[in-house]
Amino acid sequence: MEWQEVLKRLLQNKISLLGILIILFFIVVAVFAPWIAPPRDADEPYLIPRGGWAIQPQPPSEEYIFGTTEGQYDIFYGIVWGTRTAFRIGLIVVGISSSIGIIVGTIAAYYGGWIDEVIMRITDVFMSIPFIIATIVLVTILGQGITNVMIALITFSWMSTARLMRSQVLSVKEDEFVQAALALGANDFRIIFRHIILNTIFPVVIQASMRMGSMVITASTLSFLGVGAPEGYADWGQMISFARNWILGVEGDPLHYWYTLVIPGVAITLFCLSWNLIGDAFRDILDPKLN
Amino acid sequence: MISYIIRRFLILPVILLGVSLLIFSMIMMLGPYQRLSTYITDPAQLKGAEDIDQLVTKYGLDDPWYEQYGRWISGVAQGDFGWSESAGAPVTRAIADRFPATIELALLSLIPVIFGGIILGVVSAVHHNKIIDHTIRIFAVIGWSFPSFVFGLLVLMIFYGVLGWLPPGRLSNWATEIVRSAEFVNYTGLYILDGILNLDFSIVLDAIRHMIAPVITISILWWAFILRITRSNMLETLKKDYIRTARAKGLADNIVVYKHAVRNALIPVVTVAGQMVLGLAGGLVIVESIFNIRGLGQFMANSAQQLDYPGVLGGALYFGFLLILINLFVDVSYAVIDPRIRLE
Repeated sequence: MEWQEVLKRLLQNKISLLGILIILFFIVVAVFAPWIAPPRDADEPYLIPRGGWAIQPQPPSEEYIFGTTEGQYDIFYGIVWGTRTAFRIGLIVVGISSSIGIIVGTIAAYYGGWIDEVIMRITDVFMSIPFIIATIVLVTILGQGITNVMIALITFSWMSTARLMRSQVLSVKEDEFVQAALALGANDFRIIFRHIILNTIFPVVIQASMRMGSMVITASTLSFLGVGAPEGYADWGQMISFARNWILGVEGDPLHYWYTLVIPGVAITLFCLSWNLIGDAFRDILDPKLN
Repeated sequence: MISYIIRRFLILPVILLGVSLLIFSMIMMLGPYQRLSTYITDPAQLKGAEDIDQLVTKYGLDDPWYEQYGRWISGVAQGDFGWSESAGAPVTRAIADRFPATIELALLSLIPVIFGGIILGVVSAVHHNKIIDHTIRIFAVIGWSFPSFVFGLLVLMIFYGVLGWLPPGRLSNWATEIVRSAEFVNYTGLYILDGILNLDFSIVLDAIRHMIAPVITISILWWAFILRITRSNMLETLKKDYIRTARAKGLADNIVVYKHAVRNALIPVVTVAGQMVLGLAGGLVIVESIFNIRGLGQFMANSAQQLDYPGVLGGALYFGFLLILINLFVDVSYAVIDPRIRLE
């Protein structure tokens, strides 16, 4: 199916249209973050400003419209700049890990033989450890910080793209246009880039878009567990970990601190939901069993 | 089929070696001083030495990597994973202590995932494109998008904080006392099973009550996963000729769907079992630390927070090896169930 056709069907489907609209909303928030929530210190915009040093969260007020979380961090500011963090992590991790997967998968399928065997066994090894556990280990060793979180996510997420790319390339490798290029004496590099990758890239792009949500969830899980973003960094996962000590509220009012959990929780869930709505529609459109 | 199974077994040592090398290379990213912490069980050990460099030499931490790998892997083979600072015990003991809680939680989680996912998937396919299908799918995609730590905390807030129904932990205090007392025999460490074996059903009920919230939190993600695969396979199967034949023969719709179609649609679901087990294992880290369940996942999370390198690495290696074996079992049993796989 051509990509124009897929795009048309995505926009016609109400569910995926909703997903696209939510993503557009987040993009607007991320792009205009400096105007929506002006940073106190222009050099360090990702540090959430604090409204004091008291531990107790404060309910929404005029100054802090979403209230403050543990340690007086401004929730509204954290949500707005956290949107940027989410996009940054998602785009960089998915971009780099997909590129690695494309290169590795193409090499395995194009050359075949023992090269293929070795590469696929390495892929198996990387897939043997549960994703979250592998990233926890690597971040623990590399140390806290957004860059290290991204390195860990990339290290353990290129394999599914590699497998998909491998099967794609295997299916076009024997096609006439590739054989023709070979017969004309084109070198490997040219054949791989001009003829093979350009003809097989489409499903990989779709798979990549479906991974955006799960990469952002995993990154914020690391922050939630206290091994991801450094303290005070605008990151949704960390804001939820701040809420952890307050979910039981106070005597007689168990929902007293609801805003510390619910507001960042809604942000992260909506972000992942929007990508998954599109991914769901993609899969339906492309699933040959359903057509 | 035999050659497929043999091939699968031959790859096993290669994968185990690969995983051990992967973990070891992560150890080697630490400096010699940090790696020394694996050997130090007591601050007193540091006092005797003139300086730390002596200790580094003593344990051979500046030797070439292959010598260190040899020493490390022979230690691992004998069950020596080093000393865990966060558990205050050798890693092997820490893991063994926490294993039953994790197994209990993981096994219980499979029940709602498999049955809930399959039933909803079948219902969704049978009512393809009707309201019930759309409703189920919307819930599935929402469940898939809910990060388990957000969902788990919300469950805790509402069902423990507001309603007081589902407390965290594995048992209430009174039940913990009974379980630790001399009369109660700990056969397996799985409290539900032990309660039944000891004929103490108040323990069983208390343990179940504590497991409901974590089980729901883990399974919500995988419901959606199993549901989608069941639905897609079921839709494909319902279009097959033998289903049309069965209908043409005048068989009742229920019999066609549940007897003929479901059975055939479920075979491919087994293929994703391995992937699901990996995902469930990852989910345990989050759920156990939210609901304060003293299992392997919580051990991993605590070790990571306290930079307890031996604990994290030992836990990962243990999880890795365990899951490789489970996946091998899944693949082999799939080859037995489905003849088509043998041709591969």
